[in-house]
Amino acid sequence: MTAIVSELTELDPREEEHSHHPAPVGFIRRFIFSTDHKVIAVQFLLTSLLMLMVGGALALGIRWQLAYPWERMPILGDILFPADGGQISPEAYTMLFTMHATVMIFLVIIPILAGAFGNFLIPLQIGAEDMAFPTLNMLSYWFMWPAITCFGLSFLYGGGPSAGWTVYPLLSALPQAAPGSGFAQTLWLFGLTFIGFSSMLGSVNYMTTIINMRAPGMTLFRMPLTIWSMLITAILQAFALPVLTAAGFMLLADRTLGTCFFIPAGIIVNNAAPTVGGGQPLLWQHLFWFYSHPAVYIMLLPAMGMVSDMLACMSRKPVFGYKPMIFSMATIAGLGFIVWGHHMFTSGMNPALGMTFMVSTVMIALPSAIKTFNWIGTLWGGRLQFNTVMLNSVAFVSLFVVGGLSGIFLAAVPVDVYMHDTYFIVAHFHYVLFGATLFGVFGAIHFWYPKMFGRMMSDTVGQIHFLITFVSFNLCFFPMHLLGIAGMPRRYADPYHFPYLEHLLPINQFMTLAAIAMGFAQFLLIGNFLLSMVFGKKAGRNPWNANGLEWTAPSPPGHGNYDIAPVVYHGPYEYSSPLAGEKDYLMQTEYVPREQVLAANEAMKH
Amino acid sequence: MSATMTTAATDHGHEAHGEHHAHHPFQAHHFDTMVQQFDSAKLGIWLFLITEVMFFSGLFVAYILFRVNYPEIFAYGHQFLDKTWGMVNTIVLLFSSLTMAWAVRCAQLGQQRGLITNLIITIACAAAFLGIKYIEYSHKIHEGLLPGALFSYDPNAHHGEGAGHDSHDSEHSTHVTGPMPARIGLFFSIYFCITGLHGIHIIAGMIAISWILYRSIKGHFGPEYFGPVDYVGLYWHLVDLIWIYLFPLLYLIH
Repeated sequence: MTAIVSELTELDPREEEHSHHPAPVGFIRRFIFSTDHKVIAVQFLLTSLLMLMVGGALALGIRWQLAYPWERMPILGDILFPADGGQISPEAYTMLFTMHATVMIFLVIIPILAGAFGNFLIPLQIGAEDMAFPTLNMLSYWFMWPAITCFGLSFLYGGGPSAGWTVYPLLSALPQAAPGSGFAQTLWLFGLTFIGFSSMLGSVNYMTTIINMRAPGMTLFRMPLTIWSMLITAILQAFALPVLTAAGFMLLADRTLGTCFFIPAGIIVNNAAPTVGGGQPLLWQHLFWFYSHPAVYIMLLPAMGMVSDMLACMSRKPVFGYKPMIFSMATIAGLGFIVWGHHMFTSGMNPALGMTFMVSTVMIALPSAIKTFNWIGTLWGGRLQFNTVMLNSVAFVSLFVVGGLSGIFLAAVPVDVYMHDTYFIVAHFHYVLFGATLFGVFGAIHFWYPKMFGRMMSDTVGQIHFLITFVSFNLCFFPMHLLGIAGMPRRYADPYHFPYLEHLLPINQFMTLAAIAMGFAQFLLIGNFLLSMVFGKKAGRNPWNANGLEWTAPSPPGHGNYDIAPVVYHGPYEYSSPLAGEKDYLMQTEYVPREQVLAANEAMKH
Repeated sequence: MSATMTTAATDHGHEAHGEHHAHHPFQAHHFDTMVQQFDSAKLGIWLFLITEVMFFSGLFVAYILFRVNYPEIFAYGHQFLDKTWGMVNTIVLLFSSLTMAWAVRCAQLGQQRGLITNLIITIACAAAFLGIKYIEYSHKIHEGLLPGALFSYDPNAHHGEGAGHDSHDSEHSTHVTGPMPARIGLFFSIYFCITGLHGIHIIAGMIAISWILYRSIKGHFGPEYFGPVDYVGLYWHLVDLIWIYLFPLLYLIH
């Protein structure tokens, strides 16, 4: 550590007269309503880890019902369903999968990637003192709480919203459609609006910061792939999310102001009077998926960027194909805007349109394959460091391959018509969202934890957590492919009601046991996370011998981030560079005289 | 390097930042220069405007879909919209855009009086727009021209009432031709939703301009620092622009 510090002081520091701006004093300004991006990032991280436990508990409720239908649920049952004697009713089951998806997507994955890691890493990796708009940043966190409150309160009305996280009308538009279609659904839509506001504030802030706040020498093509992924994600979020907000407003208006955008005329639901209307439910699906398909990449791209950083560092090699990695991410994002219809192949949409969406969807396999091969190329021939970060990153790549391949099945219209709304699709998106994204997040937590808190997490506990999670994840989710092919539909409280599915009960019980093991393994992560703040080994500035700007700052960085203003001379992945001398890494701030670079180039030729 | 700098900064604290380091008092500490601060905020507001455009595009998609599928409800429904009031409102908003742009220019030139006058006129125009919108809305609510299930307009009743009733609301008398289509409630769903959300944007703009006005009176703006006037101005032009689309799409169609 001392070596790096002394090298840093050799740099000629930029005249940085206001970097010693006093940090805010007082507990509330420093830790609650803080405008410091690092504090906001930790707030996002802790909130989304808490929500991960809530979403996980809801998932275990689903698994319990599928393994032991209509039996009293131990422990959680008495808390969640006291009225039914701890037993899950059909209405409660629809609430469970609705809220599991809602919590996991809007309160865990999107906030933990963009909110926690985006906030923490963007200023630190580009050499800025803070985000461009610190107050907006604070608001973006605090807008999450009205959303959490709305989602939480919705449980009190008719057992909670139950139209699925996709809230298709008519189930979501007509209050008489189901117990959960009443005020609970209205609250859910308000929660979604707040989340949308939070994301919009965040994405404008991220784009502006990345474009305008970079340190001297930090050109666009010297930015770490994490930053590129955050930039592309922010663009997706800013351009796609307002459409969902508009659709949400229309649905709210249909429910409360008597409009009829999504309600056709003359529909009789639950013996209520026929609806007066004239709108089209299919319009909701188009507007919803116009956002929610790009949202899939919002939930994946940041993890891709972070895994690229971690793989390069842990293989002690430059990322293979840095620019192709950027262009493939941009291609994925661009194509992501024109594939939403593949969620609607069986909706009654024009089949010619289905063909178009099929072609554009299959094209996404190309940039995805470029990324996968580049990750493998990064690993190939590297000096691999066998630790928790590496294990989780490799798990990300391999599970992304599985999820990507099952995605190609579903992209093809004829296959999708058979697979649609079966457990095959449940397997597919859990492999991508849990298998890829969450394993990437686990790795990222271990990798950047020392920078956040100044101490290392336990690697042994991390590896045990990884092992249990990885094995039980596959035991739980891989059989879902088979269930789907066998024709088991999703969202049925009791599939065994149908004789052709009766024989699937034992495999479902096995999957539930794996899910319970996976759930309990997460206590290892939480325990490791919390206890390491006190008992972890002290980390220096650069515990991983990595290259990025964040590793030149103290751990944890103070207010204003850097004690010495960074100036950038290299790309982010100069591992094992011949210019690095004794070390096997060359930090972005290390100046190498031009003669030395030319001499090294000469030496490479011979 | 930093020993002297540190003491200087801590001695003077936040307020005295300006004189000592020749920093503008409104420069946030995490920006290197006023130019960087201005560029960042300007980029930020443009990106925000893109999200606004996307937000209204969602509503325009609904408009397009229903207009293509059910042209008859637009042909029938638009007759109830008052072209005169719509035209007046368009002129009012266009004029407010002029005064807003003028206010930005005054801020850049340091013309305090012109800045304040123009901002007050802009707010007054916004209030006039909302006032006219209130007249239009209350007329429609009165006649039962409401969205979806609430639609209760009876064309025959209005035909038969003749001159006696006309004296009451003669200026709003609507000459409607053609049979009433079944989905007519959909037209008013679109009308009230889009113009309503636009109205909410007008109110937000009035709040933002009032804040700018307050800061102008306190003398915050000048050639060195006029960003916030500029950003609010851009937002106001976008709100104006959306109305420029709404007016022909709802009022002037055939």
